[in-house]
Amino acid sequence: MTDWSHAAIWAAIAAIGLCTYVIRLSFIYLFGRIESVPPRVRHVLRYVPAAVLAALVVPAVVTVRPTAAGTLLDERLLAGTLAAAVAWHTEDVLATIAVGMGTLWLLRFGPSLLGW
Amino acid sequence: MGLRDRLHPDLLAGVRAAGPIVLGIVPFSLITGITAVGAGMTIPEAVGMSVIVFAGASQLAAIDLVGSNAPFLVVVATAVVINGRMLMYSASIAPYFQSFGLRVRGLVAYVLTDQAYAMSVAEYESDGRRDRLRYYFGVALTLWIVWQVGTAVGAVLGAGVPDALGLEFALPLVFLALLVPAMKDRGTTTAALVAGTVALLVATVGVPLNLDLPIAAVAGVVAGAAVDARWRA
Repeated sequence: MTDWSHAAIWAAIAAIGLCTYVIRLSFIYLFGRIESVPPRVRHVLRYVPAAVLAALVVPAVVTVRPTAAGTLLDERLLAGTLAAAVAWHTEDVLATIAVGMGTLWLLRFGPSLLGW
Repeated sequence: MGLRDRLHPDLLAGVRAAGPIVLGIVPFSLITGITAVGAGMTIPEAVGMSVIVFAGASQLAAIDLVGSNAPFLVVVATAVVINGRMLMYSASIAPYFQSFGLRVRGLVAYVLTDQAYAMSVAEYESDGRRDRLRYYFGVALTLWIVWQVGTAVGAVLGAGVPDALGLEFALPLVFLALLVPAMKDRGTTTAALVAGTVALLVATVGVPLNLDLPIAAVAGVVAGAAVDARWRA
């Protein structure tokens, strides 16, 4: 439990909220002021979605463990690999989630349901 | 005339696209509300934080730090650094909204999240005919509503959600489904491979201030641009 006063909590919320809003608005505001986005910037921005998505996905799916077997035989990695195959073939978000979550649950709860 | 007929089809397309993401956000928002109250915040503070900050990872980090009585500046700085990644989203999505007025762009910025950004840019690049603003708000406002309701319910309940289900795993699966079509040529594929590898390295080694995502993303973007420039030269 925190010892912070309620005023301090609200002040922190306000400070974080304000800074976060400035970050969000930054380029959305700037690019509205200038005539057009410079081609150079546009060229670099092309790579942002793929890079950001990969940076979000990989650490959430892979956990490096001391042994190769421990790293590879991980339920999230196995579920994620199957889901990636589905994403590749279908490019469908719901199908990817269904296969990924289904595999995760099967690996997690399957053995105990079967009484292993 | 039902509500469905009165809403623009591109807005509805955005709402539908947000559906799968909601699966991942519901447990995340409940946990945020639950931990806020557990850390000693009141229900209005928990809900107020979701409305004012509206950025899950930074909220969780701030709540955690407040709960352990960290100094004010550390709490604010940590949360702001975590949200620094949105600078990239702001820059990446800005060209699509260039023609709109400041008020509209101000609202676009307020509801900008990882998911709204990723879904919208993926849609704009695959289907240029969509009404960009309506689709964006369809995704972003749906997520906003779910986030607010979820944190409020979590704060009020204060009880545990079954952790074992691992519902939060749905979020990376959404990103995975968006990543595959985003890797459409040599440059973007390189960007993804490098960013993913660096992200894993950085997560394994551990870097301070939650700089994982910006470090990995910048490495990926630089690598993608370099490979592409070399290929063209």
